[in-house]
Amino acid sequence: GTYGLGRPALPEEIAAWNIDVSPDGTGLPVGSGDALTGEEVFAEKCAVCHGDFAEGVDNWPKLAGGQGTLDHEDPLKTVGSYWPYLSTTWDYVNRSMPFGAAQTLEPDEVYAIVAYILYSNDLVDEDFVLSNETFADVTLPNAEGFFVDDRLQSEAHFWKPEPCMADCKDSVEITMRARVLDVTPEETVATEAVVKEAAAEPVAAEPVVEAAAEPVVEAVALDPELVAKGAKVFKKCKACHKVGEGAKNSTGPILNGIFGATAGMVEGFKYSKPMLAAGEDGLVWDEEALAAFLTKPRKFMKGTKMSFAGLRKERDIEAVVSYLRSFD
Amino acid sequence: TPDPLITEVQDWASGLGDGVDATPYGLPIQFEQDVVRRNVEWLTADTISSINFTPIHALDGTITPQGCAFERHHSGAIELRKEDYRLMINGLVDTPLVFSYADLERFPRENRVYFCECAANSGMEWAGAQLNGAQFTHGMIHNMEYSGVSLRSLLEEAGLAAAGDFKDKWVYVEGADASSNGRSIPLEKALDDVLVAFKANGEALRKEHGYPVRLVVPGWEGNMWIKWLRRIEVMDGPVESREETSKYTDTMADGSARKWTWEMDAKSVVTSPSPQSHITHGSGPLVITGLAWSGRGSITGVDVSIDGGKTWTEARLGAPGVDKALARFYLDVNWDGSEMLLQSRARDSAGYVQPTKAELREVRGLNSIYHNNAIQTWWVKANGEAENVEVS
Repeated sequence: GTYGLGRPALPEEIAAWNIDVSPDGTGLPVGSGDALTGEEVFAEKCAVCHGDFAEGVDNWPKLAGGQGTLDHEDPLKTVGSYWPYLSTTWDYVNRSMPFGAAQTLEPDEVYAIVAYILYSNDLVDEDFVLSNETFADVTLPNAEGFFVDDRLQSEAHFWKPEPCMADCKDSVEITMRARVLDVTPEETVATEAVVKEAAAEPVAAEPVVEAAAEPVVEAVALDPELVAKGAKVFKKCKACHKVGEGAKNSTGPILNGIFGATAGMVEGFKYSKPMLAAGEDGLVWDEEALAAFLTKPRKFMKGTKMSFAGLRKERDIEAVVSYLRSFD
Repeated sequence: TPDPLITEVQDWASGLGDGVDATPYGLPIQFEQDVVRRNVEWLTADTISSINFTPIHALDGTITPQGCAFERHHSGAIELRKEDYRLMINGLVDTPLVFSYADLERFPRENRVYFCECAANSGMEWAGAQLNGAQFTHGMIHNMEYSGVSLRSLLEEAGLAAAGDFKDKWVYVEGADASSNGRSIPLEKALDDVLVAFKANGEALRKEHGYPVRLVVPGWEGNMWIKWLRRIEVMDGPVESREETSKYTDTMADGSARKWTWEMDAKSVVTSPSPQSHITHGSGPLVITGLAWSGRGSITGVDVSIDGGKTWTEARLGAPGVDKALARFYLDVNWDGSEMLLQSRARDSAGYVQPTKAELREVRGLNSIYHNNAIQTWWVKANGEAENVEVS
């Protein structure tokens, strides 16, 4: 090189990061998985957001359906209806999913999940086996649906030597108003809240993190190092659970005050039946119950909606429980 | 009556203010706390994979402060220390290389101001007027001065003889976060003006903008500006990743879709008066102001209409247009207090003129999401309040 900067990348390093898969299958590892196996893996690792049948939960993406809707109003764009290349699905599942636990899937699991997504879109039978060898046999329905940017031709009339300056149209009528829809976030509320907060707390310029951490330590005398470690462990939970001021239920219930609370009691969250029953039977989230649940959620409570596989290290569980206690 | 703020000694004129160390790194004064990024909750399932909006209605000039510049994450904003940072260049290069952050600082540096606009900016407005505020309709944009090194110098350090003819080659760029958002860019663009940036507006990038290193792809859609940049692979074709096939492609009325629509076409918006920035002073002198930009070059002019596009007046640029950067425009008028249908229309050095919504829809139909650069209309009422509307 010109400057002699950097060092050669080692083959192992390139192998670890160079995981992209191209449309012709270049980059695929050896492996295979069938749709039925995929259904199980999908139920465990994907269904919490994408639904048991890849139909999507709440605002999370739908992965199946929508074929024939692309020329309709509000087309439904899924792997089956819109995505041109199967490699894209494989690559994305492999590098970015599951949400909050990316790059934890084995190649065979990725093959199985992708096979199940194909099956959900009625593109293969349930006994279909996707592998690095059968990969090239699959063509997605919308493979020919894309064309390269042609704005320079199709929108050439937007290049105008002399745009109109006067008498450009005869009449102007309002045809649509945003207020009629009323979907804009209410800003006045936000502004008032901010101003009030500022008035109550004259040292508004203090870093927010400090302000939040201090009362925590005083209130429950938790080990601050453990709480900090727990905050890191909690990143695994964040995709579904919110905690702290202003937290709201999302895929999972909010966890403020969860320590010492009765199971299944967070208002407004739709729990599984077993979780509600456990609460009625008096299950309280103490140290022991939380540890058992977090080690193997679905072993501790058969039928729970929580699709998390569990925390392996005792120390991580201790830390995350400390972190959650800091929001009591 | 005499103004007591003048005739009486005020607290601040008598007592003492803060000492120099009160805020080692300052935030805006408390009276400006409503100048913040805002989110539209119903847009996405979760804030971790979401977007918020720059408060462009409350800013002036052209540089966006980092602290209120819009954020877009696909798996959350991560914390990556400079010491833990690695940048790999591999693929069709003579020697695949790994750079540390300290290595990057030893390449010749450049400073450039560029806008970064999300391709989905104004996307919610495709089918009709929907969100009531310039922040929400046009706030997926920021404009910063970047310091960094050219991607060309890093690629040349790895050696490009192995790439052969550059014309049909690509680079695939990806991030270090859990989404490892990746995009394919033609090698010619990568060698032209793409920057590997580590400072913005003079200071380190913020966590939410990809600290410690992000890619800057001038004039092209924001999704390509990979944050937490970790790998650049020279390839003989595009990867066709999720973000360049299932997303950021433009669905036409017939169901076909345009891909590789990278350049952000010329666009503008009046930031004040606007629905979050009403006229409160009544008739008389009024400053109409806004922003204009083009991914195809510099802004050469902006026209403003107060009658919904019947007649146009050329506005004044705050400073000469800069290549692929925001321009600020002003039109100083004497408002007679009557209703206005306020619009702005950008023109760029490529000769492109910002189209109306009707013109865009005529070509692309109603089902697009991305690349909406149509002329925006604010209905300013006699009481000074403004609303997002569409006009015939």
